[in-house]
Amino acid sequence: MNLSLLIIIPTIFSLLLLFVNGLKQVRTVSLIAAVLQFAISIFLTIQYFTEKTANKAAFLFEQNYQWFKTPNINYHVGVDGVSVAMIALTAFVILAGVLVSWKMEKLNKEFFFLLLFLSIGAYGFFISLDLFTMFFFLEVAVIPKFILIGIWGSGRKEFSAMKLILMLMAGSALIFVGLAGLYFNTSGNGSFDMLKIASDNISPELQRLFFPFVFIGFGIFTALFPFHTWVPDGHSSAPTAASMFLAGISMKLGGYGCLRAATYMMPEGAAFYSDAIIILACIGILYGAFATMMQTDLKYINAYSSVSHNGFVLLGIGLLTKTAITGAVLQMISHGLMTALFFAVIGMIYDRTHTREVVKMSGLLKITPFISSAFVIVGLVSLGLPGFSGFVAEMTVFMGGWQKGSMFYYVATIVACASIVVTAVYILRVIGSVIMGPLKVKGEKQVVYADATWYEKSSIVLLMAGILVVGILPFAVLRLIS
Amino acid sequence: MGGYEHTFWILFLPAISFVLLGLLGRKYFNKSAGLIGVFLLLLTTALSLYNAYQYFFVNGLVDGVYLKIDAFKFTWLTFSPGVSIDMGILLDPISVMMLVVVSSVSLMVHIFSLGYMKGEERFATYYSFLGLFTFAMLGLVVSSNLFQMYMFWELVGISSYLLIGFYFQRPSAVAASKKAFIVTRFADLGFLIGILMLAFYGGSLDFNTIIQHLSAHQSSEYLAATTASFLGVTALTWGLTLVFMGGAGKSAMFPLHVWLPDAMEGPTPVSALIHAATMVVAGVYLVARLFPLYALNGASLEIVLNVGLFTALFAAIIACTQTDIKRVLAYSTMSQIGFMMFALGVSGTQGEQGLGYTASMFHLFTHAFFKSLLFLGAGAVIHFVHSNEMKDMGGLRKWMPLTHVVFLVACLAIAGIPPFAGFFSKEEILLASYNKSLWVYTIALITSGLTAFYMFRLYFSIFWRKEYNGHSHPQEGSMSMKIPLIILAICSALVGFIPFGKFVSVDSQPQETHFHLMFSILPVILGVVGILIALLMYKKENDRPQSMAKAFGSFYRAAKNKFYMDELYLFVTKNIIFKWVGRPSAWFDRKVVDGSMNEIANLTLETSKAIKGMQSGKIQRYAMYFFGGIAFLIILFVYILK
Repeated sequence: MNLSLLIIIPTIFSLLLLFVNGLKQVRTVSLIAAVLQFAISIFLTIQYFTEKTANKAAFLFEQNYQWFKTPNINYHVGVDGVSVAMIALTAFVILAGVLVSWKMEKLNKEFFFLLLFLSIGAYGFFISLDLFTMFFFLEVAVIPKFILIGIWGSGRKEFSAMKLILMLMAGSALIFVGLAGLYFNTSGNGSFDMLKIASDNISPELQRLFFPFVFIGFGIFTALFPFHTWVPDGHSSAPTAASMFLAGISMKLGGYGCLRAATYMMPEGAAFYSDAIIILACIGILYGAFATMMQTDLKYINAYSSVSHNGFVLLGIGLLTKTAITGAVLQMISHGLMTALFFAVIGMIYDRTHTREVVKMSGLLKITPFISSAFVIVGLVSLGLPGFSGFVAEMTVFMGGWQKGSMFYYVATIVACASIVVTAVYILRVIGSVIMGPLKVKGEKQVVYADATWYEKSSIVLLMAGILVVGILPFAVLRLIS
Repeated sequence: MGGYEHTFWILFLPAISFVLLGLLGRKYFNKSAGLIGVFLLLLTTALSLYNAYQYFFVNGLVDGVYLKIDAFKFTWLTFSPGVSIDMGILLDPISVMMLVVVSSVSLMVHIFSLGYMKGEERFATYYSFLGLFTFAMLGLVVSSNLFQMYMFWELVGISSYLLIGFYFQRPSAVAASKKAFIVTRFADLGFLIGILMLAFYGGSLDFNTIIQHLSAHQSSEYLAATTASFLGVTALTWGLTLVFMGGAGKSAMFPLHVWLPDAMEGPTPVSALIHAATMVVAGVYLVARLFPLYALNGASLEIVLNVGLFTALFAAIIACTQTDIKRVLAYSTMSQIGFMMFALGVSGTQGEQGLGYTASMFHLFTHAFFKSLLFLGAGAVIHFVHSNEMKDMGGLRKWMPLTHVVFLVACLAIAGIPPFAGFFSKEEILLASYNKSLWVYTIALITSGLTAFYMFRLYFSIFWRKEYNGHSHPQEGSMSMKIPLIILAICSALVGFIPFGKFVSVDSQPQETHFHLMFSILPVILGVVGILIALLMYKKENDRPQSMAKAFGSFYRAAKNKFYMDELYLFVTKNIIFKWVGRPSAWFDRKVVDGSMNEIANLTLETSKAIKGMQSGKIQRYAMYFFGGIAFLIILFVYILK
């Protein structure tokens, strides 16, 4: 399996987009691209399973080409189970994102172009084994967001776009400092190669010095408290597909980076800061949940709940046990699918009601049963109902936390557990007022909306299928990522 | 284990019903959904009965002990070596018994709903939710693993949520469904932490293994769990108490009971199934499942005893004052579950001392029949009177003779009048508590008298008291509503004669049930007295109830207002959680955390404005910075850092 396909396909198709005109052609080309990516990711997963039984190497399908000779930068790619899972996640979200944007009128060519461009960044990031290549793709995945929010966004879009980009850039700067630190401290001539850095055993002092740079840098991407404030503004202003990408994949770039570039490269550093990470993660989890409780805008609700849910990713990483890290990875997958679905459904509701204020609508189940049921189900995923992915992930983190076996970890786990109650409160409040109750939208009692169209339905079904696979067959997913 | 493969289908059939009707029901089966559901449940019930027959009479009993059989098991999610969630089917006397109870009551409710929910717009959805509930509840009772139980526990909770909120356009139903889920979720938090503790010390999540590890006094796990302590209480006690908290939430034990009366907003057949016969006894079942651990750990068993006893009395008092017939039944359910709970609390682990355990399970069994009958009967009444309030009823015996008779049977059963089912099970509970302490026995006896009173208050108010003069024309329901009532009435009358100790006992060894005639005289007399008082007060319209209420004064008012528990909860959630935690968090986030981020941005902007003059384009200036910088570096490296 040639991993570079993951980059080549979206590149070719995004270039192809430049030569077609009109919404119909544009979206057909994009859909083909998304479906192809999806097929490749599924094929990759299957290939990985078959190959893994024979090949015990840490990374499969490696490719290594020299990129810049002098600073020793290589295009070095390869995957392990975690990256395969992330690639599959990306493919799911991109396909669903293309589907929900089916009726995008405004500057559709540019929109889909940027969407595909984002996917190049995400795939490249997940397959990189060279820290510089990884960083390069990270930036590829950041820049288009600025334009997506600034042009297609809503509300205070310029402000949000600026804020998002500045905070993410600050994160990138921190990451780069940390990566440079690693580069200059490898044995020999300096290298960005992850395998080499990991085997080099950089001295604990240096690890302690550089770990915070990389971790906080990626942490900003994944809403590490107190650097999460770009999340609510950024998400709420972004157009639906961009929100889906932002929360579904972009935040996972952060989690994956925290794990791969920070924790695996600098285990001693991670151990040193473990307690601090746990404390910040727990604050994020509980405080994010409480803050969600008070929101009245659907997108803000999901954005703040993302802060809370991503806290589990950071908590799992901070706990540093095998179980907890597995839980963190599961949570990344779960949250990626769930939040993308949530934003998709919120977008569908907004398209119909033209409001996202919780108090301005109620009883939607009466007229739009499909969308409303999807909303209820995704709410239940969010509050960690068994049978869905969130439950599996959260429980794995809790179990990993408790098994560390000392008072500090007990308290941390209990704090994290307490969020399941708060989550139930805010989710059921929203469902209770938006979906249930007597029908009323902006004071109007006689409203008629069309239920989901085929493309909306297929994006919902697609993401739901992903959630159910993780939720019902976790042992299969676990075989992949452990 | 051979011969028990069919148990898989017991679970699977309701799941099919859920998925099929949930996905396609609205479009294709909106009319036939009920029949599909009933058909699948009929198969499930038949399999459960066959399973019980196989287990109890054919091959479950080996050398005088009922086996624990793992009919099915696979590892679903591994956390760490030894600790994993297994999906399994564990057959032992209580789970086999519960399979019968759950599937048969569910079947009755499925049939009853054919008539009751007829013409409902979301008919198929309703049946699919019933299927989900039945699947989850069956999964709960056969769980072989603590975490598996927790999962089904949550699924049961969500199906309860969906069904309470079934009439989703009614704001009160929405509020009730939220309340039910959140209160039980809060309790489940305790359950979850308890599980984490037990798993940590027990080294496993498997019921049998945990019990084995933590009940052997010499085992290292037991020592670890009893030496570690927090606030002077051992870890084991903490774990068991927290697990019990989950059970108390689901079983509506004080003070986590506030959701149950409101849950009556759901369709009445649902109340019969979920909030009377099956889900609410899950807490009792949980304690019974882990009973060897509770029994060895005196402190946590003491809590079970006291909470159960208090709830039994507390709920019975409130039940005497309510006027909504479903709420009376809800409080009566709470009270009866309190009976089951404290019966476990007074039980020992061996032979005769384990009477409380048998009695508790027996009462659970009989209660399921008569309480679901009461609810379905009440449902039939409500269906035609269109009201839940007692004042809108009265004199219905002439209009609904069948409902009247079956309701009477159920009332006699719950009041403990021989030879109806409740008599036998309650008798055993009283005997067990008598053996334990006089104090427990006295409260149990008083509660039992109160039960008879409030049930007959209900009965007389609905069927006697006055001539019916409402606007609607009450009548008997269709065949589908009558059949379940008749079947359940027969069960309520007869199941008491089952020699329950032969099948279910604390050490899985069949026991003879001794019947103490002398002992049963006092409770029966009390029951009859309760009925007579109700007869005097409510058979004919008179002013005795009012004067009685006056006599009790403020105590009556407090009881009528459910001892202000709802107000207390409202105060805590609204004023404390929302006002003092939620709002400040949101404010803090926007103003302080985000504010400081924005300030940093502003500061950067200001700084760059301030220093942009440096980039002046003048060579001399640049040269000055350049040499100044070099000078600085030289000083830095040569003198300071060396």
